[in-house]
Amino acid sequence: MGDFWLPEAASTIAPEVDSLFLFVTAVSAILLVGVTGAMLYFVYRYRRQSPGERPAPVEESKLLEISWIVIPTILVLLVFNWGFKSYVKMHAVPSEAYEIRVEAQQWNFLFEYPNGVTSDTLYVPEGEKVKMRMSSADVLHGFFIPAFRVKYDILPNRYTSVWFEATKEGDYDLFCTEYCGRNHSEMDKVVRVVSQDAFDNWLEEAGTSEDIPLPELGKQLYSQRGCQGCHSLDGSEMVGPSFQGLYGRTDHEMSDGTTLAVDENYLRESILKPEARIVAGYDNLMPGSYSSLSERQLTGLIEFIKEQSDKEPPASDQGQTTATN
Amino acid sequence: MSTDTQNTAVAQPDEHEEGENYLNHETSVWSWLSTKDHKRIGVLYCVTLALVFLAAGVLALVMRAELSGPGETMMANDTYNQVFSMHGIMMVFLFLVPSIPAILGNFVLPMQIGAKDVAFPRLNLASWYVYLAGATLTIMALLWGGVDTGWTFYTPYSKTTGGGVLWMTSAIFVAGFANIFTGLNFIVTIHKMRAPGMTWNRLPLFVWGMYATSIVQVLATPVIGITMVLLILEQVLQIGIFDPSLGGDPVLFQHFFWFYSHPAVYIMILPAFGIMSELIATFSRSRIFGYRAIALSSVAIAMLGFLVWGHHMFVSGQSVVSSIVFSLITYLIGIPSGIKVFNWVATLYKGSIWLQTPMIYALSFLFLFSIGGFTGIMVGVLSVDVHLHDTYYIVSHFHYVMMGGTVVALLGGMHYWWPKITGRMYNETLGKIAAFLVFVGFNLTFFPQLVLGAKGMPRRYATYADRFTDLHQLSTAGSGVLGVGLFLVLGYALWSLKYGEKAPANPWGAATLEWTNVAALPDPHNFKRTPLITRGPYDFHLADEVFGGGDGEADGDQGLRVPDAAPAAPLEPSRDA
Repeated sequence: MGDFWLPEAASTIAPEVDSLFLFVTAVSAILLVGVTGAMLYFVYRYRRQSPGERPAPVEESKLLEISWIVIPTILVLLVFNWGFKSYVKMHAVPSEAYEIRVEAQQWNFLFEYPNGVTSDTLYVPEGEKVKMRMSSADVLHGFFIPAFRVKYDILPNRYTSVWFEATKEGDYDLFCTEYCGRNHSEMDKVVRVVSQDAFDNWLEEAGTSEDIPLPELGKQLYSQRGCQGCHSLDGSEMVGPSFQGLYGRTDHEMSDGTTLAVDENYLRESILKPEARIVAGYDNLMPGSYSSLSERQLTGLIEFIKEQSDKEPPASDQGQTTATN
Repeated sequence: MSTDTQNTAVAQPDEHEEGENYLNHETSVWSWLSTKDHKRIGVLYCVTLALVFLAAGVLALVMRAELSGPGETMMANDTYNQVFSMHGIMMVFLFLVPSIPAILGNFVLPMQIGAKDVAFPRLNLASWYVYLAGATLTIMALLWGGVDTGWTFYTPYSKTTGGGVLWMTSAIFVAGFANIFTGLNFIVTIHKMRAPGMTWNRLPLFVWGMYATSIVQVLATPVIGITMVLLILEQVLQIGIFDPSLGGDPVLFQHFFWFYSHPAVYIMILPAFGIMSELIATFSRSRIFGYRAIALSSVAIAMLGFLVWGHHMFVSGQSVVSSIVFSLITYLIGIPSGIKVFNWVATLYKGSIWLQTPMIYALSFLFLFSIGGFTGIMVGVLSVDVHLHDTYYIVSHFHYVMMGGTVVALLGGMHYWWPKITGRMYNETLGKIAAFLVFVGFNLTFFPQLVLGAKGMPRRYATYADRFTDLHQLSTAGSGVLGVGLFLVLGYALWSLKYGEKAPANPWGAATLEWTNVAALPDPHNFKRTPLITRGPYDFHLADEVFGGGDGEADGDQGLRVPDAAPAAPLEPSRDA
């Protein structure tokens, strides 16, 4: 019955939740069959034989009435107690848990490890207790890994947390479960459970991100910081303008009717202060949280955006020696 | 129509001709728009709410069509978000909450207690106009860019999006007053206008259900009104209440919202319980088993309903201790609902069961509402709810309760009282076919959603992972069957208005006053004489007036076979005011 109802179980808490789920399902099914069966039997057995039938009233039975108050009460108190214990376990975060920061924003999750590495895939080591310390940059979001049976809302004004211990290597889904607007249904990530060794290796390799060339850094940031949720690289329509062929455009029209040339400083302003100028045909939806990017990250991102266009650099960028390169 | 010459003092001044009824004594449009007759107001509400249900139901079909494939099939994410939001808002605030009280409560309740009208007829008419004002504001919200927040309006998202949110919240604020008016009216009517002999223990259970509902409406609806005003004030005056960037707290909004919206669940389901008791009693021709238990459990549910809102927030950031307390109280409220189901089944025992369409809906209700109840127990289990929260399991659970429960009961009730409202019989064969289609279509739509949710499919998703495709397609197919069933009901209902057989006064052999003492099409003042009540509402063994005049079977050709009515009350001029 478990396979019919529930997804793969890959955490230490999952078997506990599953057995409770299956217990309640089984008891419910038995009671449902009983109630429906009795109902159908009565409907057949006492069907009206002649229109003038006038059945004698049935005496009420105190014993019967008391029994169907007491027995369900005992059953529900039993499942309450069971559910309450595992709930407390879910919320008592072990002090030795390995902490990963989760920053949610419309429509992206970013994971930050203790050594500063950031990733858009959630790597977790198998067999180790992991705590997610979560906050949101904008609206409410939810953190849900079905295979781990854990879920918690992510709030903009405080930290919330979940913890789990993965028991099986593999890739699992991570979904946003608190409705957060247009691309809520596309706010998902991969959870990759790997062995402790593989995890350590990955963490070490990923830790060098600050030394890579600027456009490479920009490419990483593009997928980690959620740019890809709104800005395409292939010209397709999304929430924000596509990066394809953006840099070097000289007729970029703003919502107030003016046009401008897309140069480095325009890109910079658009990342740091997205509300300053809005492109015609788009809404002011971009979060202001990108102003926290470091100078090098910002430049990396701009270099990456420049690579997405084969247009000539605009006049304003020519003749200057770009100090950042 | 029975004429009685012995007691002319109580009869109305001789203004009613033979054959005059509440529909034909005045026919101008203005007579409808200015009517203070509770029956006509019920009909006005019926037409209005049918339109809302049609619109919101079509939106549901559109959603299911979009979800027939994992990616974008026919609309962009934004459009889908608006569609599911409008479906939820219209179904909950504009349809389910007012539905049974405003249509059937208005039409039936005064007749069931032997009253001429509700206590405040003008307030009753005002309720309908206030509702229309709310509906108008909803249309304004659509014109101003729509709403894509879901029916829950969670902050801070609701603050950042769309031009329609303020219009929509105003609409809910205004429409709330329509419910408060109705609730207040019913409470006073039930307390003060019962016919002589109609003691509290002789009230039909539909009246008990409406009484419990009205208490919740009057006490809870102001909270959603206040919450909506706070949202508007925050937006307009930039006062920090819910928005963290102004120093507010988004979880506070959820507390306010559910403090109303959980009791609202009982506003939606308690009237359905009332209809169920009427249907089960009449079509099994036996006393409701455990009358007092059913009557009092409605009141218990109404009270406890105020103490469980936190079970919507187990993963929202509320404290663990609160969650545990809310979970415990949630179980306590499950018990009275269980008692009702057992009592209804026990009522069938040694009855005389007549499987007409309303009874088929009642039996459907027992099955569907049981599933709704059991899945409710499931999501009340703290640690299991962590997994199921905000998935399709929840979506399916509340559809089993709200649609499988309330809407199915409303359908049963509409079929049951249709002869009294319209004076015509619907087509019984088509009725049974439609009831079957609704039952099958409903389960095909929503059972796969239980499985989807348990497997981890989040709700409010415009697109989804490929592995969920099969179950989603099954659900979409089911919604088609359900849609066909409901349109069939609409079709034969409209047909019966003109071509249906003329209904007798008591086609079901029921024993409550609206059948035994009111003409086939009710008189404008319901009763020629105020009845005197001498027995309980389901005492079929004492109901000689039901069996005396015939065999209790519908016999369409002699439209106006009137059973011997309950005796008239002794003269009591002070009551005639």
